[in-house]
Amino acid sequence: MPISTDIGVWVAVFFTLCIFSFLYKDNPFYKFAEHVAVGVSAGYWFVVLMKETLEPAVFLPLKQGRWNLVPGPFGIFLLILPVLIGLLLFFRFSKKYNYIARIPIALIYGIGAGPTLVQYLQNSVIRQIQPTMVKISFASWDSFSEVLIAVGVVCGLTYFFFSKEHRGTIGAVAKVGIWTLMIGFGATFGFTVMARVSLLIGRFVFLMRDWLGVIS
Amino acid sequence: MRRQLPLAITFITAFTLAVQYFIPHRTFEILYEVSQVWLQIVGAFAMVLGIVSLWQLHWGKARGRKPGWGYSIVTLVCLTAMIVFGFTGPTKLGEVGPGEWIGPFNWSYDNVLSPLSATMFALLAYFIASAAYRAFRARTALATILLLSAVIVMLGRVPLGDVISFGLFSKVANWLLYVPNVAAKRAIVIGVGLGVAAMSLKVMLGIERSYMGGE
Repeated sequence: MPISTDIGVWVAVFFTLCIFSFLYKDNPFYKFAEHVAVGVSAGYWFVVLMKETLEPAVFLPLKQGRWNLVPGPFGIFLLILPVLIGLLLFFRFSKKYNYIARIPIALIYGIGAGPTLVQYLQNSVIRQIQPTMVKISFASWDSFSEVLIAVGVVCGLTYFFFSKEHRGTIGAVAKVGIWTLMIGFGATFGFTVMARVSLLIGRFVFLMRDWLGVIS
Repeated sequence: MRRQLPLAITFITAFTLAVQYFIPHRTFEILYEVSQVWLQIVGAFAMVLGIVSLWQLHWGKARGRKPGWGYSIVTLVCLTAMIVFGFTGPTKLGEVGPGEWIGPFNWSYDNVLSPLSATMFALLAYFIASAAYRAFRARTALATILLLSAVIVMLGRVPLGDVISFGLFSKVANWLLYVPNVAAKRAIVIGVGLGVAAMSLKVMLGIERSYMGGE
């Protein structure tokens, strides 16, 4: 396979090599690629947000004069109101009135905090405790593993419990907890390394196959 | 008023949206859905604010000929180009027919942003390896466990591991991932869940008010 003549491939190769050049040391090529990444990424996500999120959710209903979620003029008012609140964010640039920008930030925090309180208690606490509460059984390897998970969770949580000194029984349980956590961290680390290595292989395959054409 | 109004907005919004989960009525469902659209709209202005801040930072550096001003121009040019490309041409592959020119926005995504992001993440493989060499020296029992667990999972994920262990590494790696790893993750997730819930409560009650800029 001959070397690629596609300009897009050459551009991608240039940026790939610019980033890899950081392995030698920080240099102008890396800095150039880094700044390109910042500009392109910010522009890309801005356009995606405007065209794919706000256009169907806000601009289109405003253009049609009708919002399916809340029909009637009140619905249009409910769409215009957050736009006005959002505009208040620009008071951040004013030295005298920058406190007005707190209003939209407070609204974002409120909309975030309320549902988060319930959702996290439901999904991260109750739904994690449910599968841990298993019937103790050593009848099969799977049920033995489930018991091990339950023991690991209790010991791990004990390790994170700092209101009581880790001594005596609590200390022993916390020690089993830290061992469990270390095995877990090691496994996660190994898994992450393999994911990163897979990306690295992907970049080399791109250079060797798509650009140089030395492998098929 | 400067402090009370934002705190009142946060409390009323957070309280209403937390309580609506326990009131099975269509009005409260609509209220929640409207709040999510509001979040998108106000969040979009926050994004615009971020873009304006980025522009101001780099424009200031470029105008003042501060060190690295050339790179700031690169950022400004790329930012402007992507926004212009995005609003003047197709932004989704579905908008162009097969074999047609995909437009400068999609082209820049495919040939600039995508390789840059992938290579930056790939670069982490080297840094993870060097950090692991320094951190994983088996000096204590806990470090040894961490090292063994990581090595087994890594070897269990490649064909070589199975060849040298007659298939044992992949089985042990799977067991490590699905038993001790699940136990550790579950303990962490429960801890994080309680922490986030506590933080949400602090925000709702106005105890946590760092978003007000230190006041």
